[in-house]
Amino acid sequence: MPSGDRTVLEVRGLRTAFQTRSGSVYAVNDVSFDVKRGELLGVVGESGSGKSVTMMSLIGLLPMPPARIEAGEVLLDGEDLLKASPARLRNVRGGEVGFVFQDPMTSLNPVFPVGFQIVEPLRRHMGLSKKAARDRAVELLELVGIPGARARLDDYPHQFSGGMRQRVMIAIALACDPKLLIADEPTTALDVTIQAQILELVHKLRDELGMAIVWITHDLGVIAQIADRVLVMYGGQVVEQAPVRPLFRDPRHPYTRALLKTIPSVTGERAAKLQVIEGQPPILGAFPTACPFRDRCPLAFERCHAQNPAREVVAEGHDVACFHPSAQGAEAVA
Amino acid sequence: MTRPLVEVRDLKMHFPIHAGLLRRQIGAVRAVDGVSFDIREGETLGLVGESGCGKSTCGRAVLRLYDITDGEIVIDGKAIGHEDQNSLRHVRPTMQMVFQDPQASLNPRMTVARIISEPLDEHTKMSGAEKRARVLELMDKVGLNPTFASRYPHEFSGGQRQRIGIARALALNPKFIVCDEPIAALDVSIQAQVVNLLEELQDELGLTYLFISHDLSMVRHIADRVAVMYLGKIAELAPRDDLYAQPLHPYTQALLSAVPEPDPAQSDNQGERIVLRGDVPSPANPPDGCNFCTRCPAVMDVCRRIDPDFREVTPGRYVACHLYDPEHGGTAPEQTGGANPGTAQARTGTYPSTQQGGNP
Repeated sequence: MPSGDRTVLEVRGLRTAFQTRSGSVYAVNDVSFDVKRGELLGVVGESGSGKSVTMMSLIGLLPMPPARIEAGEVLLDGEDLLKASPARLRNVRGGEVGFVFQDPMTSLNPVFPVGFQIVEPLRRHMGLSKKAARDRAVELLELVGIPGARARLDDYPHQFSGGMRQRVMIAIALACDPKLLIADEPTTALDVTIQAQILELVHKLRDELGMAIVWITHDLGVIAQIADRVLVMYGGQVVEQAPVRPLFRDPRHPYTRALLKTIPSVTGERAAKLQVIEGQPPILGAFPTACPFRDRCPLAFERCHAQNPAREVVAEGHDVACFHPSAQGAEAVA
Repeated sequence: MTRPLVEVRDLKMHFPIHAGLLRRQIGAVRAVDGVSFDIREGETLGLVGESGCGKSTCGRAVLRLYDITDGEIVIDGKAIGHEDQNSLRHVRPTMQMVFQDPQASLNPRMTVARIISEPLDEHTKMSGAEKRARVLELMDKVGLNPTFASRYPHEFSGGQRQRIGIARALALNPKFIVCDEPIAALDVSIQAQVVNLLEELQDELGLTYLFISHDLSMVRHIADRVAVMYLGKIAELAPRDDLYAQPLHPYTQALLSAVPEPDPAQSDNQGERIVLRGDVPSPANPPDGCNFCTRCPAVMDVCRRIDPDFREVTPGRYVACHLYDPEHGGTAPEQTGGANPGTAQARTGTYPSTQQGGNP
């Protein structure tokens, strides 16, 4: 690939807050990451960890107010999207950046045939004629593996099964050859056998089309299958970033370690008792001045309650936000 | 061997489809179509399958939350398959349910104390003070702070709400609890807490669970035996370790290989992934023959004509598949040593009928 490691998306110090009656709620705090061409970045975290809000902030999908982006830069091929005009953002969305949402039923319009919904971005962004757009729509449906594509263009979303609907969503997201595809829990609502089909499809498309993909999920199994690099989020922050293998083999952040241990596996050893992370995920609120994981962390010490750790590089491409020496590579205590 | 606490034979739950001006019945959704299994006392039977396979309907039908179409259900020695709802009331305290969505299954206008004591109001003659004491005891048992008794469900997190649902199910000292996807709506780090709680309660109170889930890795953790459902029927039923080590039914094999392995080192030796083509057919119009024949990678001619019996192929392992049926050119799985499947039980096919026969 000629531009194999060109960075497509660069996010620096993104901070998003929501105004509420009881003050600002900081949902995304100083999140930074980048994605290269042909790379699949997995983002894991529990609900409320800020993964979706981060991605929606990138392309102006959040209602403002109550949301407010307080700081940061979002560089798509060098262009700062946070400074872009609404008209420019409309061109970016569905054009250069494709989006796949979690629930294919609620994100397709039930009163229009799927063909219309695929043709719409093609006419809007690519200026294709009706006929050309329809032909392209058939190609796209074939690309995502929908049999009898031409005949199904005039079917409505309810005539498709869940897996097929998600394929339609992917076809819409791919319609205008995006540089970047953001997929927000795209397989969470699907069954495992259908999920396996979609994962296989995304792998194939990434190799064929070479776009950058950001894949949000809470399922570490899915991440292990498809991601090249992983971002672990907790309490609105990135706590660890690493290439996929080092992350699973040598997790450094206590949260990542605990998370990996709580998940039973279908192969491998069967534990007599599941490890648990005690306590509840944090409730987001004022700007954090301490580590978000401190109350559930077995290794927490005074400094964790007084200061919010910054991300430090511990190995090539691997960084972690933790004060504890074991995170920096010293022998683990626990 | 301990006597089974729950015996289900040939359970059918069909929902009629009405259409036309006169609302005539034109067909039926065969949500559960001939399911048989036992659950021994103190055991957890995992019931897994994809959405729409009928696993939740099966769980609800076993508790007689529906009027079943056909079949027999015996719980704790009492046949309840065709009892009317009035006489069922007396049996209900022994069998309870924990629901999937704790948000939807708790009344938002009732305090936690009232939610947990509602079964006590209904089925016991306890005084107010006794009920109060029991509620606090239950809250303590499921790991909820008893000082929160007068709070409302919305003040709790998802995991805590599920604990409220569990406390309510425990209120009448049941023997048998159907857990219908109790952890599906929870975060990963909270799932483990709830599963551990269910296991502790089982050890302490000798509970018997039917654990319904689509999460194969969690079922491997909690269940003693596992039944795999597909399109209203059980494809395979086996002890947990056997099923995960050597799945027999092609559907079980595909299902297990589709689970993403959260460990890249393991997923390397997971071998070739079996990706099923197509979708699950509609239960209103299941295919002829074996209901998996439209997606099965090992499909044979006979599969499209004859529905395979649910047979015991090695002791304790039941499979509904022609691959393991000598009559149709199949072979018995290796472990048997060749001779075992020829027992009288296996010859007659299907699951052995209940000891009771009909009503005692």
